[in-house]
This record gives sequence, structure tokens and C-alpha cells, in this order.
Amino acid sequence: MSAAAERIVLDHVDMRFTTDRGPLSVVDDVSLSVREGEFVALVGPSGCGKTTLLNMMAGFLTPTGGTVTLDGSPIRGPGRERGVMFQEYGVFPWLTVKENIAFGLKLGANRVPQAERDAICDRYMELMRLTDFRNSYPKTLSGGMRQRVALARAYAVNPAFLLMDEPFGALDAQTRSAMQDLLLEVLERENKTVVMITHSVDEALYLASRIVVISARPARIRRIIDVPFGYPRQDDIHTRPEFAALRSEIKDLVMREYAAQEKQARLRLSD
Amino acid sequence: MAEPAAERPTRPTGATVWRRTRPVMLALAPWLVIVALWYTVHHSGLVKPALVPAPHVVLAKFWNLLTTQSFAIDIWMSTQRVLLGVILGTVCAVPVGFLIGWYDPVRRFVNPLINFFRALPPIALIPLVIVYFGIGESAKVIILFYASFFAGVIVMYEGISQISPIYIRVARTLGATDLEIFRRIIVPLSLPHVVTALRVALGVAWATLVASELIAAQEGLGAVIQDASSFFQLDTIYVGIITIGSVALLMDTLLRMVSRRLLAWQERIDA
Repeated sequence: MSAAAERIVLDHVDMRFTTDRGPLSVVDDVSLSVREGEFVALVGPSGCGKTTLLNMMAGFLTPTGGTVTLDGSPIRGPGRERGVMFQEYGVFPWLTVKENIAFGLKLGANRVPQAERDAICDRYMELMRLTDFRNSYPKTLSGGMRQRVALARAYAVNPAFLLMDEPFGALDAQTRSAMQDLLLEVLERENKTVVMITHSVDEALYLASRIVVISARPARIRRIIDVPFGYPRQDDIHTRPEFAALRSEIKDLVMREYAAQEKQARLRLSD
Repeated sequence: MAEPAAERPTRPTGATVWRRTRPVMLALAPWLVIVALWYTVHHSGLVKPALVPAPHVVLAKFWNLLTTQSFAIDIWMSTQRVLLGVILGTVCAVPVGFLIGWYDPVRRFVNPLINFFRALPPIALIPLVIVYFGIGESAKVIILFYASFFAGVIVMYEGISQISPIYIRVARTLGATDLEIFRRIIVPLSLPHVVTALRVALGVAWATLVASELIAAQEGLGAVIQDASSFFQLDTIYVGIITIGSVALLMDTLLRMVSRRLLAWQERIDA
């Protein structure tokens, strides 16, 4: 793992906005390298600036200080090699399940012949257990199914990276656990580099190879933890003693940042 | 009973008849109520019966006008003017509403003008239109165009500015170019608003029709009503008003049927 090449590199990144109440610092001097094939989980209080970090890697935001690079060149915008999973999924309501998954494959950037497109769609519909719903519109699907459509759509264009913003946050516990296993299953087959934002320490420990704990706003890196479990992973790692120990250690760190974030919010209210 | 018993084992009971005809009955019910009310007012003695012609008298008049006069031509002339005005108005309103909804600078520049002209009742322009365009067919269509255009622009502008940016972001991460985003995201998302713009424009256009036919029209439902009022032919006035309502309702129903086909993906409860 340590020999793997650095792909996305954040180097002394700052993000400041000017607001009615003066300057607001959202990200403060963050340096982080995402290496080939690893699974990085960003954990921290809500509103701390995690999404801002992810948006910089996706290319939706440019930092006000420092650089964000992909393989050495600055990221200037979104690109098809970086698939993004948004919190609100963004499944196209006017397209059927199959058309949603095929969307990227019909674009000039990744156009493939019809037969190949059908094959790719079939494969991911199968994998995501969507085959029976291929001709359904999203309005008839549950949250978990929409999430799978979004995931299949992102996968279909075969990006090297997956940037995920709390992808399972809106799902119930059972669906969430099933989606985590499905993600591991897919990653097992296709080598991808993943950056995922999550609120759940359990989820981070179960999925990631590295966990980055982010501070209350402005976002700084509190600590980076290497997860000692290899892949493939099964549900039983939840019961391992190391899992429990790491879990409580990270939870402590995160809770402290949650408290700091809440204090900030209260101060802002009493301004 | 001539029919073989096997085919009709039981005579339809009151309940099955009701189940079969229920939708039709429910659709007819409000009209039956209004006709009943109409008769009640006619016979109540509260108003002189001569001032409120009975429904069957109006119906007879309708038949009489249709068979012995050129009433069918009047209906056609009005319908044609409305269609022409609405189609021309909407064709211009869609791109203008789109530009205003999409580009902030355009909105800031054009919005005050749009709001000014929208606030002007089309009827107020009739004298000017007569001066510039005479009293021919074009004058009437121009008034209807004016009414439809501003109604359509507002609907398009509101609709376009509410398009969620998430779909555009998703498309960008899949590698879409600006042109592809327009064709594959903006156009399908705008379609429902085009249909709404048409419906609103149709409503406004029928409302403006009578006024526009006051411009010395020889034919048309507005002209029929106008002529009848000079001779105090109340039954003809009723026929004219009810015909306008019926044709407008028919057009709206047709448009709703088309839009239900076209926009099957939309999440909404159809009224």
C-alpha cells in the first residue's frame, strides 16, 4: 500500500469565503494524498467542510489557497475519471433505470457501440439487483434502489475514482448494511480509488483502508488512522476486539469535534 | 330472455350498474347540479324569467344558430385566432423565458420590462393596435399573441430557474459537454414547463378573445356576443359564453392528455 502512487493530492489547501459578517474560513491548511487503490473515509461533524474538500477533488470548487492536483496537474473541473456520488443521488427522473445507467455511455466522452452499452448496463443492473426494474421510472423506486441506480450510473463509465458524499446517509439500517457489502463486492472486482464522506465511524471502519478525522470548522486534519483490516472484508470484523478498540478511539476524537462544532454554532447564534 | 343463460347468468344489479357508470356519473354530476341551479333561478321568481333564459331554450338557440346561421364559422374563427395567438406567443416565450431563467445578467436587464408589460392588460392596447394594424385579422392575433407571450414567459422563467443544479453536476462528472447538458438535461426538464406555459397561455387567450373581437370583428364568438347584446338577445349571449367555455375546456383537456403521455415520469398527483 505504501508503495502505491499518489493520485489526488491536496497541498496546503485553504478555502475562505467573504460573507456579510466578514471572512469565513471553511478549510484551513489541509494536506492529504489519496493513493492508488485505497479507500479513504473522511469523518467529522456536519458543516465542518468535508463536502468542500470533496467538491475540490471533484472539481466543483477551486481552493483559495494551496493546490489540488490529479497525477501532478491541477484539477480545473469535473472529469469522467472521477465519478461522484451525491448525497441526494441525482437520479434523472425523466429516464428509466436502464436509461439512467446508460446516460454516461451515450456522451461523446465515453461513447461505446450499442451492443457494448447494453452489455455494460445489463452487468450493472444485475450486480445492483435492478434488472427487474430496468424500465421503471425513478418515482416508483425506493431510496435504496435509487441509490443503486446512481451507483450503477457512476460505475458504468468506469471511473478510476469514486468520490462519495454520505452515499448511504439517507438509508435505513438494513439497506445501508446491504449497500456497504455491495460496495465492497464491487470494489473487490474492479480496482477503484475511493474517497467517502460519512458520519458513521462504524461505516468508515468497515469500508475504509484509511480514516481521516476532520476537525470542527474550519476543516483541519485531526488525525489519520490506518485501518488494520485487509480485504475482502466480511461482516464478522464488527465483532473483532481491534474493531471495538479503534471504534471507541475514533468516536472519542469525533465527538470532541462535534462538541466544538456545536459550541461554534451557539456562539454564532448569540452574535 | 333471448340470450343463452350461460353468457348472462345474472341480470346486472343496481350495484354493478353503478360500478360501471360511476366515472361517467361523477364527471357529469357537477354539470347536472349547475343546470338544476339554473332552472331553479329561472323559476324562482327572484328574477324575471325573461332575464334568465331556461337551459333548454339556450340549447334550442344553440341548435338553431348552428343549423341556420354561420355559428360554426364563428366558432372556427375564434378557435383559429386563439390557436394562432397561443402558438406564436409560446414559440417566442419559450426561448425568451429560458434565457431569462438561465442567465442572471439577462434576467436583471429584461425583468423590469417583462414585469411592466405583463402588468398591462392586453385590452388597454387595443386602441393602439387598431391605429397600427387596422381592424383586420392581424390585429386580433397580435392582441392574443401579446397575452400569450407574457403569460408564457413567466411560466418558463419560473420553471427554468427552479431546475435543480444537481442533474447538471451529475452530467458533468459523467463527462458531458455544455451542448450535451443542454440537449440531454435542460430540454427534458423544460418540457413540463412548456406544457404548463401552453395551458396558461390558452386560458389567458380565451379570456382576451372577446375583447380582441370587439375590434369590429365580423365573425367570431366575441362578435356573436357583441351583436346579440345590441339586440338584447340573451339566449344568444348565453350560447356564446357557454361555447367559449366548452371549447376552452376541450382544448385544455386535450393538452392534459398529451402531457400525461409525454410526462409519464413526473411525480405528481393528477387533478
